[in-house]
Amino acid sequence: MSADQETIQDVFSSFFTEQTGPESARNSMPLGFDAKAWERLSETGAPGMGVSLPAGGGASLSDLVIVAEEAGAKIAPLPIIDHVVATRILEKLDSLEPEVLTGTLLAGLAIRPVENGVAKSVPTGSIANRLIALDEDKLLLINDEPPNKSLPNHGDLPIAHREINGATVISEGTEATEVFERGLNEWKTLISAFLVGITRSSIEMTVDYVKERHQFGKPIGSFQSIQHGLADLPGLYDGARLLVNKAAWAGDREITGEINLTDNEISDFATLSSMSLIFAGETSLQATDRGLHYHGGYGFSEEYDIQLFYRRARAWSQILNSPSDECLLLADLLLADNGVK
Amino acid sequence: MDFELSQKAIDFRSQVKKFISENLTSEITLKMHETGTFNDKSFNESLASEGLLAGAVPGYGDRDPVELYLLFNELEKAGAPYDGLAVTMLVAGVINAVGTEFHREEVLNKLLTGKHNCCLGYSEPDYGSDVASIITKAEKIENRWVINGQKMWTTMAHESDWVLLLTRTNSDVPKHKGMTMFLVPMNTPGIEIQPVATMASERTNATFYDNVEVEDQWRLGEIDDGWSVMGVALALERGVMGGTNPAVPLLKHVLNWAETTPSKNKSLMIDNALMRERIARTAIINQVGQLLTLRAAWIAATGGMPGVEGSMAKIYASEEYQKVVGWFQQMAGAEGLLSFGAEDAAASGWIDYDARHAPVTTIYGGTSEINRNNIAERHLGLPRNR
Repeated sequence: MSADQETIQDVFSSFFTEQTGPESARNSMPLGFDAKAWERLSETGAPGMGVSLPAGGGASLSDLVIVAEEAGAKIAPLPIIDHVVATRILEKLDSLEPEVLTGTLLAGLAIRPVENGVAKSVPTGSIANRLIALDEDKLLLINDEPPNKSLPNHGDLPIAHREINGATVISEGTEATEVFERGLNEWKTLISAFLVGITRSSIEMTVDYVKERHQFGKPIGSFQSIQHGLADLPGLYDGARLLVNKAAWAGDREITGEINLTDNEISDFATLSSMSLIFAGETSLQATDRGLHYHGGYGFSEEYDIQLFYRRARAWSQILNSPSDECLLLADLLLADNGVK
Repeated sequence: MDFELSQKAIDFRSQVKKFISENLTSEITLKMHETGTFNDKSFNESLASEGLLAGAVPGYGDRDPVELYLLFNELEKAGAPYDGLAVTMLVAGVINAVGTEFHREEVLNKLLTGKHNCCLGYSEPDYGSDVASIITKAEKIENRWVINGQKMWTTMAHESDWVLLLTRTNSDVPKHKGMTMFLVPMNTPGIEIQPVATMASERTNATFYDNVEVEDQWRLGEIDDGWSVMGVALALERGVMGGTNPAVPLLKHVLNWAETTPSKNKSLMIDNALMRERIARTAIINQVGQLLTLRAAWIAATGGMPGVEGSMAKIYASEEYQKVVGWFQQMAGAEGLLSFGAEDAAASGWIDYDARHAPVTTIYGGTSEINRNNIAERHLGLPRNR
């Protein structure tokens, strides 16, 4: 990590700790969005940090990964990832409005292609003022009023379906699909980082809990069965973090990466972002699962935070595709260069 | 984080790849699986004459740990016999760190020629993970030591000129403080080697020491300080000497098989959705194994001691390898049971072989449980419970 990146980590770690965290996540239910915290985040200029330097941003994908991990660590109910990815797409297509850059208008991404005129289960669907959606080979900007009402869901996310009536076409043909795909790979990378943050916090809060909680006259963290269940997790966290950072590194490079499956040499951005999402998703499931379990009955109660992390891990790891389907997309990428279909 | 290797490391890797493609013949790999001895002295000698072996000694010369990782990673990916080499080079590293002039001249210099091997004599029939309780006894009589006892899992003893032998020299102090390490020439009278066959055809040995006499100059490190010498060996190994990408050669064999083998519905196995999902998951496992190992090497290269990080890489790679092997063996059905040489064996018998081999990888070199203890205590700060 560079000195600049350490600063980014410090700044955002403090911001999300002070302005969001589990309390903010609880208070923003059922919408799944903390409007006050978003206002404060906008004051820092963060919503526009992902666009180019001349446009007022300058953060690389590797920088954004740091922000996303810190947001995940505090399960911030803020659409910072979707918004930043959307601004990067809009800038490319000369469609970036100043109010979007500042965060006054919220932007998001319909991550799944439009079906029959509806963008389904959009992760920022209930709150986004501007929504980018791919309808076959047309890239649309949906700009009607958001419903401000979320579909009740597992992860308390601001999910809603959105119709595309009245949307503006901002790009067509190959450009539209390529720009969307690039944006989606960035989204996968950053959501993976958010999941890595969830994993980190789950490990931390559970380790703290098992040191405090006593049964049979000693801390439950002194029992080997619990120690071993927890000892599996730091390696998974580190592995996921390394993989996500590698994906961001690949995404920041201007040269095309390599996919050499049989030699285990992979530097292609699309491949690494898909791998990241699958792996960071899976590890967050495991970390929150063990974390909740070692909290005992309290872990299941609403009062304790681990259940918030548990549910968000599941939501973010499968809101785009089922993990099995994501694996099939990954297999297509991996096997395409292998002389197989 | 910069995931680009340095130009020096890239050049080194190319040199290793070129060496492997020119020197690793199918005869060599066939022989290693037929004999169960994953060591080939002529291959090791060629590595030495290519100048690659000195770089394989951890802490020796000008090679950094990233290159040490690259060398063993390439050997592992290619399915080359490197088990004997890894242990030998580890012992070379220990000698380099704590050995005397005599050890360097008599042993280290010879190890660097590739013509000689070392083996490890730590475990005993009754003490494996609890290695500090070993009872093989060394008694000092004037300037000589007389050794009596038995060691287990002395893999490569039959190929070796020396054994790095952990002995009990003091029973009146806490167990960690009463052990002494020796380098014992294997041709010393009183040593007997008995082969131990394994379910994966890999040969290991039990070794017996009956009034084995060596001069004091074969002692490595201080008297009663053998535990520190073991610590040096563990720190040098750092998880970068192979063993963290075992599913890479497996996946290569599986792909070759899946691309040519019909599945139940007459299409090829490679088109089967579950197969493709598992290939994708294996590719992720291989990347993560690589990154965790490389991270340990980075830490070592900047002067750190990646003990915990080595434990993470070891647990992850070995346990996932077992899981992956299980997937592909089941995908292959009856043919996944057929061994090398059998007609119709899936992946020419590699799936059966890897399924036989995988279980030992979570046991040797520190069991998963010992590594979990290490992470729980040293990384998570949970209380020691033994």
